[in-house]
Amino acid sequence: MSLGSAAQGSPDSPSDVLRSSGSEYRALFKRNKRNWEGAVVHRLVFACAILSILTTVAILLSLVIQSWGFFSQIPVWEFLGEARWSPILKPRSYGVLPLVAGTMLVTFLGAAVAIPVGLAAATYLSEYAHDKVRRIIKPILEVLAGIPTVVYGYFALTFVTPQLQRIFPDMLVFNALSAGLVMGIMILPMVSSLSEDAMLAVPNSLRQAAYALGATRFEVSTKIVIPAALSGIMAAFIIGLSRAIGETMLVTIAAGATPKLTINPLESIQTMTAYIVQLSLGETPHGSLEFNTIFAVGLLLFLITLVMNVMGYAIVRKWGLKYE
Amino acid sequence: MIPRTERFHPNLEARKAKGAIAYVVLVGAVAVGILGLVVLLVQVFLQGVDWLRPELIFNFPSRFPEQAGLKAALFGTLWLMGMTALFCVPVGIGAAIYLEEYAPENRLTQFIEINIANLAGVPSIVYGLLGLALFVHGYTFEYGSTKIEFNLGRSVMAGALTMSLLVLPIVILASREAIKAVPDTYRQASFALGATKWETIRGVVLPSALPGMLTGIILAMSRAVGETAPVIAISALVYLTFIPQGPLDRFTVLPIQIYNWVSRPQADFQGLAAGGIVVLLIVLLSMNAVAVYLRNKFQNRSIE
Repeated sequence: MSLGSAAQGSPDSPSDVLRSSGSEYRALFKRNKRNWEGAVVHRLVFACAILSILTTVAILLSLVIQSWGFFSQIPVWEFLGEARWSPILKPRSYGVLPLVAGTMLVTFLGAAVAIPVGLAAATYLSEYAHDKVRRIIKPILEVLAGIPTVVYGYFALTFVTPQLQRIFPDMLVFNALSAGLVMGIMILPMVSSLSEDAMLAVPNSLRQAAYALGATRFEVSTKIVIPAALSGIMAAFIIGLSRAIGETMLVTIAAGATPKLTINPLESIQTMTAYIVQLSLGETPHGSLEFNTIFAVGLLLFLITLVMNVMGYAIVRKWGLKYE
Repeated sequence: MIPRTERFHPNLEARKAKGAIAYVVLVGAVAVGILGLVVLLVQVFLQGVDWLRPELIFNFPSRFPEQAGLKAALFGTLWLMGMTALFCVPVGIGAAIYLEEYAPENRLTQFIEINIANLAGVPSIVYGLLGLALFVHGYTFEYGSTKIEFNLGRSVMAGALTMSLLVLPIVILASREAIKAVPDTYRQASFALGATKWETIRGVVLPSALPGMLTGIILAMSRAVGETAPVIAISALVYLTFIPQGPLDRFTVLPIQIYNWVSRPQADFQGLAAGGIVVLLIVLLSMNAVAVYLRNKFQNRSIE
């Protein structure tokens, strides 16, 4: 609220300002009608803001209520402990671990690309690049961030996988490696721009002090700026990872549909998100145990990403830069 | 002074060499991102260029790739975008006005802000599940003999409501930035002329913030156009040979049609998918171009 600080107790009506000579202005300004209008608007915009809280509540409630039907039949420890996921084909088994492992495998591969490349790109943009260069590169990275994920899926399946198959001839068409590498490219702009913001926030006096001591640009970047911006950079990594965990279409298209507990990136796997899409496309009757599995998986997914996002923001708030 | 050079090893050549190598590595990292984008665009365009024919735009989907088109998906996307804007723009701007102009500095405000930041990080498929439970299947309340049923089925309306919730954080954040950019002197001038708070917001703050808000809204809409996962959870059916006539009709959108084609093994459908992607990217790029144009126009005016 920018105004509150500027004009303490900002007037709700002109008559507050003119209180001394208020009464004669009242009729002129039709104060009551105008105040009434303002009060209605105040409540309306407040309701709009509250809607965002209601959305979170609705997400939690619908996931919990719908997965209640699942957890009343399948105990939580079976869901979290069993190592086989086969909710449709007999013999049935409801262990979510293969889906979690699939998600983690793709996320790990994506992070292996996006974290080093993103940090390096952020360092370049924040510490090395001229303003002119940055003004060209940043929009390009923004375009990269704006490409729909279904396009990345197409790219992974029809371009990256065939290229990788030249190196690994026995790799399957659907595999975690290709999806993971493209995932890295996909979250790269996010990791790099959040890290760059953190590095740009480091005060110039720290850099100048280091240069005065004779440090090279690279030493200033790695020994001064990155450590000073570390909390923001960690938050960027975590938020990027959480994005990768929740990413859906890329892994649905390119990583396969076979839930498997494996760390071999050349195999076909299935992520939590891809399973939800797969079941949504089928004709599973509403209210059945199979149908409720997607809400149980969705709840787990929501909780994982929520914890990561909260962690990301908490890191910034707690250890964020306080140089002033 | 005693020379201390024996304890001080500047080793400048090696350090400078290290810096030079690092520079190459850092530039390489940026190049990876740009190269990825270029390869992706070139690849999609080369694969899809042969399929960019009138049939792609004017035909309904078909089993035969040479007859298949995006008509149902294009209209569905238009419907979804329009209705999403209808729901989320007033609410998003309202929430932004509250947070920027009215909200007191207390725990509730802080909670709302954290909550909006978290909502922006919720995976889109989770919004799909929310829409599926809340809008598609809905709820049935029974009190004795009265039975109230609320559900929208797999309709455009259900899709638009879900999508509104998904892009709401983006609209709120963008609108807040735009409102924040309005100088306080404008407000003070308005108050000095005797306007009430709401009159100031309506007559001064909103008009000056409008171009900035429009930019954010267009970007939010382009996100809505590209989103696939939540719409799949809601619309499910991907083979439609009609366009929606009303808000309660079934629908499909561009990315779903593309996904449908990508997931078919025949090479022709892969080409068709690339053609569809080119159409989708053209739609998104033109939206972004409008947003950038508005932003530039806005910036130029504020300098005057």
